[in-house]
Amino acid sequence: MTDTAEANVRLGDPLNRIDAQAKVTGAARYGSDPDIARPVFAFLAVSSIARGHITRIDDRQARAVSGVLDILTHENMAAAIRPVKFISEGGYMGSSIMPLSSPRVFHAGQIVAVVLADSFEAAREGAHRLAISYADETPSAGFDSEGVEVVPGADASKEHQDPKIGDAEAAFAAAPVKVDAQYSTPTQHHNPLELFTTTCAWEADKLTLWESSQNVHAFKNGLAQQLGINPENVRVISPYIGGAFGSRGSLTQRTALIAVAAKRLGRPVKLVASRDQGFTIASYRAETRHHIRLGADKDGKLQSLTHEAFEVTSRPDPYMVSGTDASTRLYACPNVSSKVSIVHADRSTPGFMRAPPEVPYLFPLESAMDELAAALQMDPVELRRVNDTKTEPIKGLPYTSRSLMQCFDKGTKAFDWQRRDPRPGSMRDGDWLVGLGCASTMYPTQMGAATARVSLTLSGTAKVQTAAHDIGTGAYTVIAMTAAERLGLPIQKVTVELGDTELPPAPGAGGSNTTASVCNVVAKACEEIRAKVANAASSAEDSKLKGQDQKALRFSAGRLVGPDGAGEELETAMRRVTNGAIEIYAENTPHGVKPDAIEKLYQGAQTLAGGAKLQDRIQFAFGAEFVELRVHRITREIRCPRVLGVFAAGRIMNMKTATSQLMGGLIWGVSSALHEGTEMDRRYGRFYNTDLAEYLIPVNADIPAAEVILLPEEDHEINELGIKGIGELGNVGTNAAVANAVFHATGVRIRNLPIRLEQLLGTASI
Amino acid sequence: MRPFSYVRAEDAITASQSIGAGSAFLAGGTTLLDLMKLDVMRPETLVDINSLRGSAPAVALTQGGLRLSAFASMAETAADPNIEHDYPIIAQSLALAASPQLRNMATLGGNVLQRTRCNYFRNPSWRACNKREPGSGCAALDGVNRKHAVLGVSPHCIASYAGDFAQALIALDAAVETIGPAGPRVIKFEALHRTPGDTPQTETNLGQGELITAFIVPRAPWTRRSLYLKIRDRESYEFALASAAVALDIEGDAVKQARIALGGIATRPWRAHAAEQALAGKPLNEDIANHASQLALAHASARQGNAFKVELARRTLRRALLQAASMKV
Ligand SMILES: Cc1cc2nc3c(=O)[nH]c(=O)nc-3n(C[C@H](O)[C@H](O)[C@H](O)COP(=O)(O)OP(=O)(O)OC[C@H]3O[C@@H](n4cnc5c(N)ncnc54)[C@H](O)[C@@H]3O)c2cc1C
Ligand code: SF4
Repeated sequence: MTDTAEANVRLGDPLNRIDAQAKVTGAARYGSDPDIARPVFAFLAVSSIARGHITRIDDRQARAVSGVLDILTHENMAAAIRPVKFISEGGYMGSSIMPLSSPRVFHAGQIVAVVLADSFEAAREGAHRLAISYADETPSAGFDSEGVEVVPGADASKEHQDPKIGDAEAAFAAAPVKVDAQYSTPTQHHNPLELFTTTCAWEADKLTLWESSQNVHAFKNGLAQQLGINPENVRVISPYIGGAFGSRGSLTQRTALIAVAAKRLGRPVKLVASRDQGFTIASYRAETRHHIRLGADKDGKLQSLTHEAFEVTSRPDPYMVSGTDASTRLYACPNVSSKVSIVHADRSTPGFMRAPPEVPYLFPLESAMDELAAALQMDPVELRRVNDTKTEPIKGLPYTSRSLMQCFDKGTKAFDWQRRDPRPGSMRDGDWLVGLGCASTMYPTQMGAATARVSLTLSGTAKVQTAAHDIGTGAYTVIAMTAAERLGLPIQKVTVELGDTELPPAPGAGGSNTTASVCNVVAKACEEIRAKVANAASSAEDSKLKGQDQKALRFSAGRLVGPDGAGEELETAMRRVTNGAIEIYAENTPHGVKPDAIEKLYQGAQTLAGGAKLQDRIQFAFGAEFVELRVHRITREIRCPRVLGVFAAGRIMNMKTATSQLMGGLIWGVSSALHEGTEMDRRYGRFYNTDLAEYLIPVNADIPAAEVILLPEEDHEINELGIKGIGELGNVGTNAAVANAVFHATGVRIRNLPIRLEQLLGTASI
Repeated sequence: MRPFSYVRAEDAITASQSIGAGSAFLAGGTTLLDLMKLDVMRPETLVDINSLRGSAPAVALTQGGLRLSAFASMAETAADPNIEHDYPIIAQSLALAASPQLRNMATLGGNVLQRTRCNYFRNPSWRACNKREPGSGCAALDGVNRKHAVLGVSPHCIASYAGDFAQALIALDAAVETIGPAGPRVIKFEALHRTPGDTPQTETNLGQGELITAFIVPRAPWTRRSLYLKIRDRESYEFALASAAVALDIEGDAVKQARIALGGIATRPWRAHAAEQALAGKPLNEDIANHASQLALAHASARQGNAFKVELARRTLRRALLQAASMKV
């Protein structure tokens, strides 16, 4: 599709990204890219023990390195930063563990010193030459370790609920067909390509922070609290983000350290943490365990579903994803019981990672559904059909729209599911065992309060300003498209400014809400512009549109036109209202969002509502994922030649960027199932494979074909534009689809991720 | 990374003479610079030998076989048409290693001397690693050891030798040409590397300042029917979980002679002599391949995380043998 200057933009058009050129030519400035004169470079030293305290820091050798200016440790920083609460306790911090506030060590890889020098190399050498002595205690590394503390979700958070209905226990006992199995998911790290960087510069009492962020207004307010300064004195700049996936969703403790360092030295300070340090100074997806019990009647209708889960978190922070919100609502079932508990261990605090609850919680559910299909000798797609529903089973609320089976039906054709011989191990291609697997995917449709400013000039250019975030998803483009479509302008005439706290606030980029939250408020601002201009035209003597209903007038191809297409030039129509530009600031408070949400938004607080959390309805996007898998007959290595996802997610704003986003999700899903796992040396509570050579992600050769099909779906209940989120939908079902395909290929059911060839070696070759 | 001084070598002899204790040759730097940045290797002087890259052709065909320049890049050697056709085992062992960028930078000499990928070794904040800090212990024995060795191990170190190319060289009875302060010499490739024993910090039998200049690969009836099979979690850009370098001379139905090396599972490049002998004179079928692979792993000794590698290595060898037997040459 060429972006011709004349063309009217239609929502959905597969337009190229408007920021593509800046990104591929290097013009786009990421977190550590700002041109700053004479920065000081920071290098972190991190703890090699997981629990205990620092007894001595000998920094003589480090200070002797030429170029080293200062070294921050708890000895000189103890009270420099104020404690700010953890995110789920009403604060801003991704972790409440405050490095350099005391000698105490809460987890391996905790920041224990910051070396500041005139060059990166000197700072790094200085860090290597620090001699830090510890008094270490045996850490509780995770599940099954002595000394962990298990806390039921309901005790950990006031908001937590364990969805429940009927009598799952009795129904399970009575069910003629049962599945009862345990599953686990591993620790995983986002590893965005752009490392975790922070640059701070002070001008008098004003602080500028350049840091890739998924929530600039939250960073601004949180950092101001940590430093005890007025939030108005903090500006956060993050126009381009080199991957985030949740890892830049909440403020980490490193940022304030760098801000304080810049103040102490009276110079800007730049930190680029190493890849290895990124595993412990930011967040991660913690490992989870699940016990699922399904009971069904002979036709496959679910009679009982029990989902009990455990999640690992740090000592102080009750981080919890509680994916039973989704897993208990995917299928009709009269008797449901669930329970989530968290396990406090000597670990860094986990955090958001693409579909934080749904990925670990749908893997066990969708694997168990496959096990149930096998037990029933039923096609797994048909089992989903039998249990499809238009109302969620817990409260009986209606889904605003749900196209799950349409996705399966489209997918079975596109994937040629018919060729699947249901007997495990029955399909071969030479020395390769072939398996086909599928799973459902779902993701809540959420929106937050949002604000935006849109201006339209006489010459037909528009500017959209909102502190939303494009984390690589195409937000710049769909926001520009919204304004272009509503204002009747070619896309080239629209500029979009994002990721800066000088702009009106928008929600953090999490929960796949940005497109819905931001495009709706931008459309609202555009509508106000239209109304102003249309009002003036419909009552103006000199206008061809005089007397027409102003509501029927719209902008199109640089004109203001009526239903019959006749009208006048944009400039002519605008001059009745302005001789310069019309600028509108709009706010939007979506359905289910609390009335004080705009005020909260300005304070950088989270205001999202939707999914299963509404009182009157339930809103999710759905999809069906299909995987073809091969396992070598002798050596058992696992390859995934094809993955297909069919999705229905309301209005698709841009077919191209949406397809890319979902394709990325599928690829990440395969990666999660077959590659990604952070290994821990449990004796020391330390991550082992903290680099991209050993923390595997797929290379091109691992993903020969990833296909996306988007089904049309209209849902105007969710929001005016009918947008559901797609950012996280793609990688929710893939883990199970892969595991189900492994079972089909080999007859071996793998319930612990990631799936590695050794799990298939012990079994006799089929 | 600590400060170091830098010298550019003009030729092989001065290179070997300008190197003293605490210095290291710098070839592609893809092992050395990494480990310097990680503060694991701390040479005081780097003697850059990249100026020697043009001193000899990457691949020279000789009366006896091949002479491979130690200074040539992995990429250019792998792409040589003679190698691809007559020594596929060599071409594959190079082409299946690392990534295109690394293969362009890295040299053959540096490749055979690459250090282990044991992360306890590569990150000095782990206290116990005998290879990095003799006498400090071995964190891998009861730690994360999925990728560690099951052959040639000692109670002091179980780090696997990670390279691929060395398996082709050892299988083909290659020799190494070196030049040192005492002059040039030729040693068997098999005699280049050491098992860890109680001195895992000493990985080769090269002398102080000894520079590898070339690898000599004898022509033999088995080089054409040869292959390198590499098994790993992902399709490319990963070290071997297990690999097999196999070269067969088959006449009629029977194997006349076999050459076998195993990678990813041993502490040094690993020749499987017992398996070779078991094949001699036999027709190659699934049973005999199975028998040979049992023999190849007979002395394996595994830890908890790498126990699967014994079986994986057997199967890798079995598959490689069957595949080589069915090659059209
Ligand atoms: C991410 C990654 C993935 C990799 N994957 C693979 C893989 O799958 N398979 C594989 O086999 N390898 C792999 N490698 C290793 C890579 O092949 C080696 O790093 C490379 O071959 C080393 O060659 P170099 O020329 O860069 O050596 P350098 O780093 O320059 O040198 C390595 C060592 O050898 C010494 N040295 C170099 N040349 C000579 C010489 N002529 N004589 C004496 N001493 C010398 C140096 O002093 C140094 O100690 C990978 C490396 C990386 C970083
Ligand atoms: S296996 Fe060898 S390299 Fe690894 S920790 Fe043990 S001694 Fe060190």
